[in-house]
Amino acid sequence: MADDSDCALLVRGLVKHFGEVEAVRGVDLEVRRGECFGLLGPNGAGKTTTVEILEGLQAPTSGEVVVLGLSWGTGRDDEIRERIGVALQETELADKLTVAEVTRLFRSFYRQGRTVDQVLDLVDLGPKRGTRVSNLSGGQRQRLAVACALVSDPELLFLDEPTTGLDPQARRRLWDVIGRYLDDGGTVILTTHYMEEAAQMCHRLAIMDAGKVIAEGTPDGLIANLGASQVIRLRTDVAVDLGGLAGVSSAERRGEHDVLRVEDVAQVLPAALALIESSGARLLELATHRATLDDVFLHLTGKDLRDG
Amino acid sequence: MADASRQPNPVVELTVARFREFIREPGAVFWAFGFPVILALALGLAFRERGRTLPRVGLEPQAPAWLVQGLSAIDGEGSTEALIDLVADGEVETARALRIGAVDLVVRAAQGDSRALVYEYDPTREASAAARVIVDDALQRALGRSDLLPSSEVHLTAPGARYIDFLFPGIIGMSLMSSTLWGVGYSIVLARKRKQLKRLAATPMRRWHFILATFLSRVLFLVVEVALLLLFGWLVFDIVIRGSVPAFALVSLLGTASFGAIGLMIAARVSSVEAANGWLNLATFPMWMLSGVFFSYERFPEVTHFAIRLLPLTALNDGLRAIVNEGAGLVDVASQIVVLAVWAVVGFAIAASRFRWQ
Repeated sequence: MADDSDCALLVRGLVKHFGEVEAVRGVDLEVRRGECFGLLGPNGAGKTTTVEILEGLQAPTSGEVVVLGLSWGTGRDDEIRERIGVALQETELADKLTVAEVTRLFRSFYRQGRTVDQVLDLVDLGPKRGTRVSNLSGGQRQRLAVACALVSDPELLFLDEPTTGLDPQARRRLWDVIGRYLDDGGTVILTTHYMEEAAQMCHRLAIMDAGKVIAEGTPDGLIANLGASQVIRLRTDVAVDLGGLAGVSSAERRGEHDVLRVEDVAQVLPAALALIESSGARLLELATHRATLDDVFLHLTGKDLRDG
Repeated sequence: MADASRQPNPVVELTVARFREFIREPGAVFWAFGFPVILALALGLAFRERGRTLPRVGLEPQAPAWLVQGLSAIDGEGSTEALIDLVADGEVETARALRIGAVDLVVRAAQGDSRALVYEYDPTREASAAARVIVDDALQRALGRSDLLPSSEVHLTAPGARYIDFLFPGIIGMSLMSSTLWGVGYSIVLARKRKQLKRLAATPMRRWHFILATFLSRVLFLVVEVALLLLFGWLVFDIVIRGSVPAFALVSLLGTASFGAIGLMIAARVSSVEAANGWLNLATFPMWMLSGVFFSYERFPEVTHFAIRLLPLTALNDGLRAIVNEGAGLVDVASQIVVLAVWAVVGFAIAASRFRWQ
């Protein structure tokens, strides 16, 4: 029935209050099977609360959540849990146990799934199977957390900030693991505040800020919506209004810097430099880069993603 | 069925995981297994019977010759058996010697009168009061008094009457209480703080499997812990279970269950390790004092006895003592079994209704 549909997850009007605090303020999401869907936003945007409601760990204040065609609290919670895999933000797995022991423990909770050896090979931890968790690196611990999530061979995998605090190499290895799961037909819901991660892994994204989804689309589509594929960032000793120049789709001041979004740097830059010179101001810094999801977030909220 | 070997059982896996986590923590292993043994050894040696302890009697340096002679006669000089331990070096001032307990009794001659005795002692000290009677009797006889009636003695040393016999079941009870309360309470609070409980809640694991495994892993410890203590008690102090071994096992098991339930109750909602520490101390400390580990609660006022007997550690200690020392069977310790079972059932029920997974 609903299971046969293309829809892995459906969220309508999700709201969560903690006392006076409105952590989630009306979120709608739709995730298709086989998709890697990202929730991108700074810390405190409501990503983790949203995901924990989807995982059945918290009850929403109001709204509808359908996971793999089933709803939480209708007597079929364990059926949902059998079919999803979860890696929480910053879980410390039992230090004293070995990689294989932890994985075997999680395997025991599910009716079916992969063998311990299979899942450890999947996350490149095969050679570490006899190592205690306390002796693993941060990246290895995260891959073990993903192994525990994948041991049931789930249809839908939730990853909450899976690469936070990892070095670039460890991050890339984890992305490879997620990529293999997606290649096997799995569906992923991923939260992150790293725009590189969202751009690299996700087919579609929802950008969250202050408990709401403020934009949704493919990474390229979101950037394209800026109407400007390039960004010019410069600093002058005296403020100069560059927003009116031809070819500038938007301009704003960020601290001491002017940020100009443009389609064509070659068209705008000479005119901008000429205007600065004729205003009697002096150019102190200049940089240009391709527009990123950071610029999308900045454009939408006036804040940096990293500011949290 | 062919697949059974590849499908691990969640209760077995959870139990084994908890047991492994414990035995791989050297500090925890010492406190659970080593500490009670060391405590029993230290107390057992301190209170070991040293033959008969003789009254220690102080004598002033300027004592008259007849008194020195009389006391020497009962101090074992010559061939007679020593009845007192005479402390007459005069180095220690006699009043101070009494105060610090170096002597039980000071004997001197009354001033003026040539042949009269004065005993100085604190009558509230049992040893001093006994010394006064023993010394007076021995001294009067040594100085010539004769008994009106002849007397003889029959000595009875009842098995299980030594202090270590009293102490040992109490040490077992106390160490079961500490290791179970801390083992359950502390580890669950830590698992909640580290979000391990939340992670488990995201799996289809049956909640009661977790609770059952927590209890079963404690039973595994219980077997190891009690077996070690019993072996030690038998080897070093010659202590054996005189009563019913199944009753001993059941009382120990119920003790573990009731402390496990209290540990779960404490850990049901607490998420900081410091708060857990405080609550666990609050739960254990009164029982250390009241439940007759080191001395009998009979020393507390009569009106408190009923309440004290309702404490789980009292029930456990009383039950174990009756079985080990007095040879009791199941029926004899029925009331203790009931107390422990009620704590276990009520505790588990309260813990289950309050338990938070995150």
